[in-house]
Amino acid sequence: MADAKELKQVLIGPVLSNNPIALQILGVCSALAVTAKMETAIVMTIALTAVCALSNLFISMIRSHIPSSVRIIVQMTIIASLVIVVDQVLQAYAYDVAKQLSVFVGLIITNCIVMGRAEAYAMKTPPLMSFMDGIGNGLGYGAILLAVGFVRELFGNGSLFGIEILSKISDGGWYQPNGLLLLPPSAFFLIGALIWIIRTMKPEQVEAKG
Amino acid sequence: MASNKDSFGRTLFVVVGLCFICSVFVSTAAVLLKPIQQENKLLDKQKYILEAAGLINTKEGKIEKVQVLEMYNKYVEARLVNLKSGDWVEDSDSKKADTFDTEKAARTKATSFVPQNDIASVKRVANEAVVYLVRDDNQQLQTVIIPVKGYGLWSTMFAFLAVEPDLNTIRSLVYYSFTGSGETPGLGGEVQNPQWIAKWNGKKLYNDKGELAISVTKNPVVAASPHGVDALSGATLTGNGVQNSLNFWLGEEGFARFIEKARNGGLG
Repeated sequence: MADAKELKQVLIGPVLSNNPIALQILGVCSALAVTAKMETAIVMTIALTAVCALSNLFISMIRSHIPSSVRIIVQMTIIASLVIVVDQVLQAYAYDVAKQLSVFVGLIITNCIVMGRAEAYAMKTPPLMSFMDGIGNGLGYGAILLAVGFVRELFGNGSLFGIEILSKISDGGWYQPNGLLLLPPSAFFLIGALIWIIRTMKPEQVEAKG
Repeated sequence: MASNKDSFGRTLFVVVGLCFICSVFVSTAAVLLKPIQQENKLLDKQKYILEAAGLINTKEGKIEKVQVLEMYNKYVEARLVNLKSGDWVEDSDSKKADTFDTEKAARTKATSFVPQNDIASVKRVANEAVVYLVRDDNQQLQTVIIPVKGYGLWSTMFAFLAVEPDLNTIRSLVYYSFTGSGETPGLGGEVQNPQWIAKWNGKKLYNDKGELAISVTKNPVVAASPHGVDALSGATLTGNGVQNSLNFWLGEEGFARFIEKARNGGLG
């Protein structure tokens, strides 16, 4: 059994030191699309964390039975089933958010983080650690999403979680919102800036120049 | 074990077993959650009907479920119309206007027809359609809501056209649903932009001769007239789709008979 220190490393590591978006540059596509609002960002984080943790768990449980010739297909089947279920649950209990997330919940299937963790970690690690790894990576993904979502919603729309913080000129206030932040490209700049900050703090993450 | 698990029989066993378990898992979830999902869809539709009638504004924060139901039940009456004759269809047990599934009726051969001039690419049209009558506190008819749908650039777009009781002056055109992933966000998707929706308010469907004249146009002179709405830039095909949807549903194979009868005889 893994000791507490290792468990903590697996769970917390991906948030800052081994972040799936900032260091591994995985899952950027959905990070651009769903971060215009905090609400969608948080639901997407929960959805991805659930899928990543459970797929890691199930794949790890049957890892010694998965034939290596069809292992990617087996992983995809498990991930796809989980994503469909998550999508159904969202449509039942969070219809408005599900409508806004539209195709992106379905696209968790192709999210590189889930697939990457399944192939790189769950295939050779016991279930509990794999499950924790899934949650850790989900949190790492979520940390970036929420950071980007915070900036985009606050400065792009003057609100957080739909609650007005800066009153906009169009509503008779003083704040002129930055329209660029509501468009997907702005997330590129923000994620780039975050990667820059993280790598300045942790210079060991900088790739060696070839 | 290692050599054994890669054998043909074992591979087949794992794959078939996995598929079976996954399919049971997925279908159980889908069946169990379906009633709640359908309730959500109906509620969402009712919310957009109230929005089209100008009773609520979904852009201004969340509206509670109970509030939507209460307002809908209080102000909105759904009634079935026979498109060919233009007459009301009386509610019977098998046909309740509130829960009438127009899409299902349009798919069934017995309850639908193929339009001759299918400009909005609707393929089949149900013989009967739902019209929503919105009244105020004094039971005065305020708004008539006609559902329209048509193909845009990527998807079939569903909307509610809200008109005043004269069946000529538009209150709003609210797009509430798209098939697939919808129109391009930021271009065609702007049909849901409140500023664009506001442009429909007060425009007239028909000209003085009684001909259908409303047009989504790039010509600023026409757009300033009572029959023109400024098109969305960068969304020519979606705009054409909106135009075609209106032309079709207000035309002979759509609600033309109903509108004609209703304007002459009132909406009893």
